[in-house]
Amino acid sequence: MSTSENRQNTRAARNAWLLSTPALVILTLAATGPLMIMFVYSFLTPGKYGNVEWQFSTDAWRGILFTRDIFDNTLKLADAHLTIFWRSVKLSILTTIFTFIVGFPTAWFIAMRPPASRALWLFLITIPFWTNLLIRTFAINQIIRNEGLLNTVLIKAGLIETPINIIYTDTAVFIGMTYVYLPLMVLPLFAAIDRFDLRLLEAGYDLYASRWQVLRRIILPIVRPGIVAGSILVFIPSLGAYVTPRILGGGRQMMIGNFIDLQFGQGRNWPLGASLSVLLLVIVALTLLVYVRVTAPEKTDG
Amino acid sequence: MTDTYAVEARDAVKEFGQGAGAVRALDTVSVAIRQGEFFTLLGPSGCGKTTLLRLIAGFDSPTSGTILLDGQDITDLPPNRRPVNTVFQSYALFPHLSVAENIGFGLEMLGRPKAEVEQRTAEMLALVKLEAMAGRKTAQLSGGQQQRVALARALAPKPKVLLLDEPLSALDLKLRKEMQGELKRLQLETGITFVFVTHDQEEALTMSDRIGVMSGGRILQIGSPREIYARPTNRFVADFIGETNFIPARIRGGAAHLAGGVELKIGQSRADGAATLAVRPEHLRLVPQGMAGALSATVSHSVYFGTDSHVHLKLLDGTELVARQQTDPDGAGEPKPGAVVGISFAPGAVQVLED
Ligand SMILES: Nc1ncnc2c1ncn2[C@@H]1O[C@H](COP(=O)(O)OP(=O)(O)OP(=O)(O)O)[C@@H](O)[C@H]1O
Ligand SMILES: [Mg+2]
Repeated sequence: MSTSENRQNTRAARNAWLLSTPALVILTLAATGPLMIMFVYSFLTPGKYGNVEWQFSTDAWRGILFTRDIFDNTLKLADAHLTIFWRSVKLSILTTIFTFIVGFPTAWFIAMRPPASRALWLFLITIPFWTNLLIRTFAINQIIRNEGLLNTVLIKAGLIETPINIIYTDTAVFIGMTYVYLPLMVLPLFAAIDRFDLRLLEAGYDLYASRWQVLRRIILPIVRPGIVAGSILVFIPSLGAYVTPRILGGGRQMMIGNFIDLQFGQGRNWPLGASLSVLLLVIVALTLLVYVRVTAPEKTDG
Repeated sequence: MTDTYAVEARDAVKEFGQGAGAVRALDTVSVAIRQGEFFTLLGPSGCGKTTLLRLIAGFDSPTSGTILLDGQDITDLPPNRRPVNTVFQSYALFPHLSVAENIGFGLEMLGRPKAEVEQRTAEMLALVKLEAMAGRKTAQLSGGQQQRVALARALAPKPKVLLLDEPLSALDLKLRKEMQGELKRLQLETGITFVFVTHDQEEALTMSDRIGVMSGGRILQIGSPREIYARPTNRFVADFIGETNFIPARIRGGAAHLAGGVELKIGQSRADGAATLAVRPEHLRLVPQGMAGALSATVSHSVYFGTDSHVHLKLLDGTELVARQQTDPDGAGEPKPGAVVGISFAPGAVQVLED
């Protein structure tokens, strides 16, 4: 091939991306448009009946943490808001930890099945995805409510006398989220364990490691990318959960998602809703950044 | 040398699966490996070499029989409590650890102080000449280097016995030769008992103090390389190691009677009856036909190999033999196809096989 021809080909390849410009434009608008709107709204003043008034204000950002006292108009920490943030973070972390504790043995079990039956097990794990989230959450509600399956069985069996009150508590939200997000933990864990070279276990035992040491020093570090991926996949939607706390937390055990919803509804404080949304997004972005850092191939010395 | 063996297997049987579908991978194997010995298990694929090694390491337990280490029964001891280390065929290096961390792993698991672990790791790095690679991840090493790390890692805790399962099979020929020498050197330097698995007879012959030849889950013969090569006791061993001519004979009165009325004195005392004689090609001598005590044979063809040539012969009863001869510069002494020649045997070259 002659040089000029070669150069022409390179230029053609270099310019080919221009053909995807329309798609890129649409994508960029779709991805950043709503975010820009939220960002702008968070610096405006709430309208009387919802919506916003075009007047610059940082009240919405201050409003995340502080409220103005109705009597003397001084700024105070908004305890109610902090409770909601704390609950969101706490429940999300608990959910992540618990889905890991349950998900790791599950994923290990599936990865150790013969290849033929592995597909079936994975399919079973994904079954919850086949029904609507709302319906699944209502099903949980049916099980744990005071007159529900769980309490009826326990009372009939004579184990308890009065129903255990789980519904509309943090525990209920935690149970619901663990159930809903478990597959998101199991699948990346399975993918990592599936790649794990089982011969390393024998090498570990051969070099005097106990079962616990093999788990901690060999298995967990090697499948770490799967653990991090699973934790992120569970933590992020947990933090923004809306349906589960709404149905199982009964409106009082609010999480950030419900709190944002409240601002755009009854609260009639769109700018506060917008600032909370942006904050949530920043937290998610930071979490993802940590993920990238942790899973990036390590630089080596020598 | 003390009076206890480093490793012993007594009537070890290993079956995989149950009932009719059970596979007997080891069939009543007994072997005693001496202290400080380089012992090789040699045999074709699927003969049970890995299985025997895994019983010694403790990854599998025998269906019946016992395993002893230094005279003590360790049959029920888990692998992490046996002072035995393994160099795996696949190396099985820990990919998340550096070369130095891999080497120190065993000592660390034994709970040795940090200073000791570091010092021993440095010693091991020097022993396998990998000081410059200490901080690297194992994936960044060549096959030969990974091999060395696997060796150093297994030697670091100073095991009583080192098990090596075809450690050189993944290397190319040149590196393989190099590592053979290296392994032998390490064994001599450390004085550790090596149990080495290979299906390469040359490797076994050049490296071992003693060889156990395996086939079909049994150990057929144990002996020094010279014994195994020169005095094979059965047809499989004679055939598997080197090239061998088999000649049918009848034993009568302490002598072997061959076709054509030829009679050979045999060193071994044998019961009368049919037997097979084994003679290496290099121990067959071509002599003029009709010489006393020589077998008559017809030359089929000969193949020239440079330093020697292989003369293919046929006895009167149809038995085919190969004789290896040094070549003349001008090829004058080379027998022509179709020529009838005599064959005599070097004294002591004939081995009577039990089969
Ligand atoms: N886990 C197992 N389950 C069933 N059969 C097995 C198992 N491990 C080994 N075998 C069988 O036992 C026999 C001996 O196997 P082994 O791995 O010891 O052979 P080997 O001599 O090491 O062969 P190679 O040179 O190919 O490594 C083989 O027939 C093999 O199929
Ligand atoms: Mg093997």
